[in-house]
Amino acid sequence: MKVVVLVKEVPDMGKVRFDTEKGVVDRSSADAQINPFDLNALQAAVDLKNLYNGEVTVITMGPLRAERTLRDAYARGADNCVLLSDKHFSGADTFATSRTIAAYISKLYDYDVIICGEKSIDGDTAQVGGEVADILNIPHAYYVEKINSISDKEIVVTINSLCGSKQLRKMKLPALISVTKNINRNELPTVKRKLKSLKIQVEKFGLSNLIDYISEEDTGFKGSPTKVIKVVVPKEKIKECKVYKDDFRGFFSDVLGALKDKKVL
Amino acid sequence: MKTHSGVLVIAEQCFGDIHRVSYELLGKGREISQKLGSPLYSLILGGEGLNVEELNYCGADKVFYMKNKCFEKPEEFLFKENIVRFIEEQKPEVVLIGATSFGRSCAPRIAASLKTGLTADCTDLYVDEEGNLIQIRPAFSNNILAHIKTITIPQIATIRYKEFNEGKRDTNRGINITVLDAYVSLNDKSEIIEIFKDSDFDITEAKVVVSVGRGIKKKEDLEMFKELVELLGGHLGASRAIVDAGFIGSAHQVGYSGSRVKPKVYIACGISGAPQHIAGMKEAELIIAINSDSSAPIFNYADIGYVGDLYEIIPKMIQALKNNK
Repeated sequence: MKVVVLVKEVPDMGKVRFDTEKGVVDRSSADAQINPFDLNALQAAVDLKNLYNGEVTVITMGPLRAERTLRDAYARGADNCVLLSDKHFSGADTFATSRTIAAYISKLYDYDVIICGEKSIDGDTAQVGGEVADILNIPHAYYVEKINSISDKEIVVTINSLCGSKQLRKMKLPALISVTKNINRNELPTVKRKLKSLKIQVEKFGLSNLIDYISEEDTGFKGSPTKVIKVVVPKEKIKECKVYKDDFRGFFSDVLGALKDKKVL
Repeated sequence: MKTHSGVLVIAEQCFGDIHRVSYELLGKGREISQKLGSPLYSLILGGEGLNVEELNYCGADKVFYMKNKCFEKPEEFLFKENIVRFIEEQKPEVVLIGATSFGRSCAPRIAASLKTGLTADCTDLYVDEEGNLIQIRPAFSNNILAHIKTITIPQIATIRYKEFNEGKRDTNRGINITVLDAYVSLNDKSEIIEIFKDSDFDITEAKVVVSVGRGIKKKEDLEMFKELVELLGGHLGASRAIVDAGFIGSAHQVGYSGSRVKPKVYIACGISGAPQHIAGMKEAELIIAINSDSSAPIFNYADIGYVGDLYEIIPKMIQALKNNK
């Protein structure tokens, strides 16, 4: 069972600062970390590997420092760590990113399942999974909360919500799934694996390694059909909250007034 | 002469009912099409018997109804294949899709097939002086708003539900419906085995949501909240902690990794207000917070607050509401 996991490196949202005046995100204000949603994707892959004697390849695209994120993925159970890094790749939107990742996966050739997290906490688009699946011409399912079964040829998954219903879906392999946070609980890396992760070789691929699968003009900023023209950082609105304590009558009459006002009662 | 013209709204239907986001897309789409001086089209894919004239009434100049049994169940590949073929023939310059769970799963495939850009989960749109569609979307966990331009055609965006007003319904508007058959109706790579509901409600449609968080001690304590919910005609929501603890199903989960809700009234009970939870409810029209900790961040987002013990306040509220009837 060959499982590919797509991960993204994101800033720590609790610490990252936003400049309301300039409208920029100060990425240097916070450490980079593995996108929290991707930890569930990685765990799902590691669980499959443990059940079916498989191999987990983690792919990320980013600057060279993203190696650290891949070492973290190794510590958590990945076998192969792949970094797609090249100056031509920078400034990529979701489509250019998906094309680059799909180019690497086409080169990899032998894989059964691709697993992604539900979305990233920075871009928040949830687009790369579907785009990669389409470029590779394989089926996909989003919002997967359970992998019911998997064989050499097919996978059966439970989709949490599509049109307000759950769905049990069977797909031929290879296929791509994106998983919700409810699919599993992340296990912490062992000390032994953490230590080993510092010594492993991270495989690096640049444009020249992928040139049979993608051309320069389809990568990075140049290959991106969407362009961010402006970023606005809205000031967080703090409401004037009317807080009551030891005055239930006062509180309730306010609540009642509001409920009537909103035509709820 | 432009090679592409017209604004295309992909209307969504869920098991035979047209999703309301479709009418909101028509409302905004009308505005965009007037700015561009081009017509507003709507495409809907579904089985027999859809009320597609409603799409005309709510603003579409022309409705295309692609009718086939294969569209009765939501499966991305078939929808995408057919939508892409339609777009290639019709050549719209703008395509709007609802950012529903299905829309967000389908749209990346559509855009990738057309080798064009896609902007996800937009909360606003406008047309700039050169006639480009500028798409505004929150990113970085709702901390910033990015203005995005697409340099390829068509410009495709998914649009958040409940951001725009529905197109004004006018039954005098002319009916113009073209029925089409599916280009492709089989996908041998994917098969829906079963569709089932684990809940008979959709929390995103609720007018009132009463949510519980870590402030409750055990599963049985949910009963009093259910009683409150019943009195208010709402739905019960929960923070992730309560879902993780197994107290309640994930259909109730409100927040960044659960559902984003926009009810008239949101009552947060024993919820401290972690950013992940706030992201899912801060757009409620009115927020009431009850928490024993007066420094809980939830009070920064609430309109009315009460500092006190849930186990004392909730029964009192239930009694007071009953007395009020």
